[in-house]
Amino acid sequence: MTSATNGTRSYTLRIWRQSDNASPGALVEYRVEDIDAQMSFLEMLDHLNDTLERKGELPVAFESDCREGICGMCGIVIDGRPHGPVPNLTTCGLRMREFESGATITIEPFRASAFPLVRDLVVDRSSFDRVMQAGGYVSVNCGQAPEANAMPIGKDVAEAAMDSAACIGCGACVASCPNASASLFVGAKIRQFALLPQGQAERTRRARRMVAVMDQEGFGDCSNHGECEAACPKAISIENIAVLRREYLRTLVRR
Amino acid sequence: MDLEIVDGDLSSGAPEGPVETRWDRHRFDLKLVNPANKRKYTVLVVGTGLAGASAASTLAELGYNVENFCIQDTPRRAHSVAAQGGINAAKNYPNDGDSVWRLFYDTIKGGDFRARESNVYRLAQLSANIIDQCVAQGVPFAREYGGTLANRSFGGAQVSRTFYARGQTGQQLLLGAYSSLMRQVDEGRVRLHARREMLDLVVVDGHAKGIITRNLVTGALERWAGDAVLLCTGGYSTVYYLSTNAVNSNATAAWRCHKRGALFANPCFMQIHPTCIPMQGRTQSKLTLMSESLRNDGRIWVPKQAGDARRPDQIPEDERDYFLERIYPAFGNLVPRDVASRAAKHVCDEGRGVGATGLAVYLDFKDAMARLGHATVEQRYSNLFEMYREITGESPYEVPMQIYPAPHYTMGGLWVDYNLQSTIPGLHVLGEANFSDHGANRLGASALMQGLCDGYFVIPYTLGNYLAGQKPGTVRTDHAAFAATEATVRGGVDKLLAIDGRRTARDFHWDLGRLLWDKVGMSRDPEGIRDTIGKIRSLREEFWQNVRVPGSGDSLNQSLEYAGRVADYLELGELIAIDALHRDESCGCHLRTDHQSAEGEPVRNDGDFSYVAAWEHSGDPGRPRLHRERLAFDNVHLAVRNYK
Ligand SMILES: Cc1cc2nc3c(=O)[nH]c(=O)nc-3n(C[C@H](O)[C@H](O)[C@H](O)COP(=O)(O)OP(=O)(O)OC[C@H]3O[C@@H](n4cnc5c(N)ncnc54)[C@H](O)[C@@H]3O)c2cc1C
Ligand code: FES
Repeated sequence: MTSATNGTRSYTLRIWRQSDNASPGALVEYRVEDIDAQMSFLEMLDHLNDTLERKGELPVAFESDCREGICGMCGIVIDGRPHGPVPNLTTCGLRMREFESGATITIEPFRASAFPLVRDLVVDRSSFDRVMQAGGYVSVNCGQAPEANAMPIGKDVAEAAMDSAACIGCGACVASCPNASASLFVGAKIRQFALLPQGQAERTRRARRMVAVMDQEGFGDCSNHGECEAACPKAISIENIAVLRREYLRTLVRR
Repeated sequence: MDLEIVDGDLSSGAPEGPVETRWDRHRFDLKLVNPANKRKYTVLVVGTGLAGASAASTLAELGYNVENFCIQDTPRRAHSVAAQGGINAAKNYPNDGDSVWRLFYDTIKGGDFRARESNVYRLAQLSANIIDQCVAQGVPFAREYGGTLANRSFGGAQVSRTFYARGQTGQQLLLGAYSSLMRQVDEGRVRLHARREMLDLVVVDGHAKGIITRNLVTGALERWAGDAVLLCTGGYSTVYYLSTNAVNSNATAAWRCHKRGALFANPCFMQIHPTCIPMQGRTQSKLTLMSESLRNDGRIWVPKQAGDARRPDQIPEDERDYFLERIYPAFGNLVPRDVASRAAKHVCDEGRGVGATGLAVYLDFKDAMARLGHATVEQRYSNLFEMYREITGESPYEVPMQIYPAPHYTMGGLWVDYNLQSTIPGLHVLGEANFSDHGANRLGASALMQGLCDGYFVIPYTLGNYLAGQKPGTVRTDHAAFAATEATVRGGVDKLLAIDGRRTARDFHWDLGRLLWDKVGMSRDPEGIRDTIGKIRSLREEFWQNVRVPGSGDSLNQSLEYAGRVADYLELGELIAIDALHRDESCGCHLRTDHQSAEGEPVRNDGDFSYVAAWEHSGDPGRPRLHRERLAFDNVHLAVRNYK
């Protein structure tokens, strides 16, 4: 439909294959032909898997769902970068026109000890859920809510909270960080609630508990590399980590 | 069509009398569970989208013991996350004439008089509470400078009743519900089971008492006993293969409940969304929705001349046909989805479609940019424009978007009564998985409202009524029904693995999708549907001979998961076609070419078809039995839906 189509392409893929967390893994090479420039990266992998399946071979396990950049399911490392070469884009949004025909592309899972491998490119990110369970909420039961407009919230505050709330929980921040820190992910939730009046009552408890679980889950410390911001498909700013620090310091003062 | 018909057995159970007080009176009549006893009841909630997460957290807050399941790695990825445009509520903040009654009226009329008045009124009534709840959770809705909530008009509404959070409303509402759910997990009242696929329902003495899941990582089949089951598993638009839905969306849980006795209602009521990025080719895995909010400022047009191959900027104003504005002057580009979709198909059928395939129309922002300025357009739509650019390589600031309709939402689903209970006692169905509130066409921004209404404000009351009549914990997983159901599931899994044919499940899914799209899509003629039924049957037979599912059942095997879902779609697809053939009228999304006006508008047959068609599985997918729930319109008078 656009001029971006310029014939079909072929690639050499080096893909991480590993049957489970306990077994060893290795990069395995595949050739794919007849790839259209308009195809998404994941459609290219679908195409590879169809070919493997028809031959009776095990397809490459990888995850995706929405395929439009919002569910956060599709993260993989492409040529060393979580979600691949295009900034602020999830893997599912990536198109093959970004890769020159004939290129060799290396595809690996997100690696972090807090994200144990399940199979091939699939990892277990349930540690994120457990961090959220420690305080990523406002404790309000259904039925207790006051009238929605009873509490005005400035447009700028709402917008800033939305900037943080836009996190899709994909884990690219962790995968890109040399320390496998989850500070950007946690900071985004902390900042969202620190900005909003609804988040005030539990502000201290939330920061204390979420940070404790983050450490417990095996995520590393933040040492200001800034890789996370660059890898984040939603451009969540590193300012969220500054807020996380500040909020955590507050908890030390208010014991 | 030669059908076995059963009449008179389906009743919604809604009270009679003034529609405004039905829910109040009903709530008073519902039995309550003693607070101290609630923890003795276990509720199995399948799904963690808006419907599932809101139900699971709210029931846990009330004190019930909840087990919650989803197929993704975390509840926060449920397909609800992808909703863009917004959520309706009759708050009337803009003071522009909205009311509960108007939202009720618009929904009944929008659904072309094929929804149940009692349910729709309740939905409109409860809508305002949903916004209160979400705001209290910290959902960052868009706001005005004064700090109050912002509203916009959306898809066919003449009042501004839609609340939104940029283009990510579904994500923010889901994260709100997810946060409440996480709180209940922390409190120990919800136990979360991610990467579990429900593959069957366990029915004991006619009541839903458990489910069988497959652990998608280990492959183990697992038994779960409960005092009630809530099915919140979403819609089945992916039966068409290409749709706007997430690629893992499926009907498996609902279909297997159907095969255990739950009636499936109005399966052919399928919403085709007008504003999606057009289809390009065989390797495409999904069609991306461009939010309907774009129709607020974008103008839809095609060239007046068929075959006009000029670039859009070279086609002068007087040679463009802004066909929605021309045909529907009162509503213009904001006509309901089914109307907009059909009009787009119509101009493309005339040879006036644009783009490489001729199956696209322009959605143009040139005038909006002139009227509002680049900055305002950017503020309203930047993320959508960016998404479009990423996919197509073109910037909507510079050239008009190209759009075409795509399968998007299923109004059909498991039949439920006023309490959201299916025809299997104890099995309740919420959200898109049920058929309840949208009739033959859903209004934009009303699915999020319905899912949350079901979960936050309806089921917490109605489930209590069912549970109050049940002794808690009577059935355990060592009951013979569990062993028998598990054996059925195991048999199905083993059979798929054993076929070892030559075609992939995706090949079959693609073929099924094309069959349905061509003949049971935007317009349907009886001959075409009949022919399609035969073809679906042959495809299903071929599937069971010739599908190839590599790997084994005892570990993560995505091919196996997918093949199971396609197998169910090959049966549901036939039921969709049978329903479309039997409904010998046009209504809402269901346009039968033999029932249309001279201008191509649907012509209803209220005398014969003012009913919900609820299908019973007979054992043979080709011979379902039809049950009919008669619909009464006491409050909104049956009228021809006219958007001119
Ligand atoms: C692109 C897009 C945009 C939309 N925009 C809007 C909008 O702006 N406004 C609006 O009102 N509506 C919108 N809709 C519609 C709306 O998003 C959906 O109808 C609604 O979110 C469905 O919610 P749900 O809770 O019923 O199901 P889902 O959110 O689909 O959740 C289904 C859940 O069931 C689970 N599940 C499924 N099968 C199984 C199984 N066998 N075993 C275990 N778990 C299972 C899944 O894991 C998931 O947790 C949009 C839809 C799409 C596709
Ligand atoms: S698949 Fe959902 S973000 Fe990529």
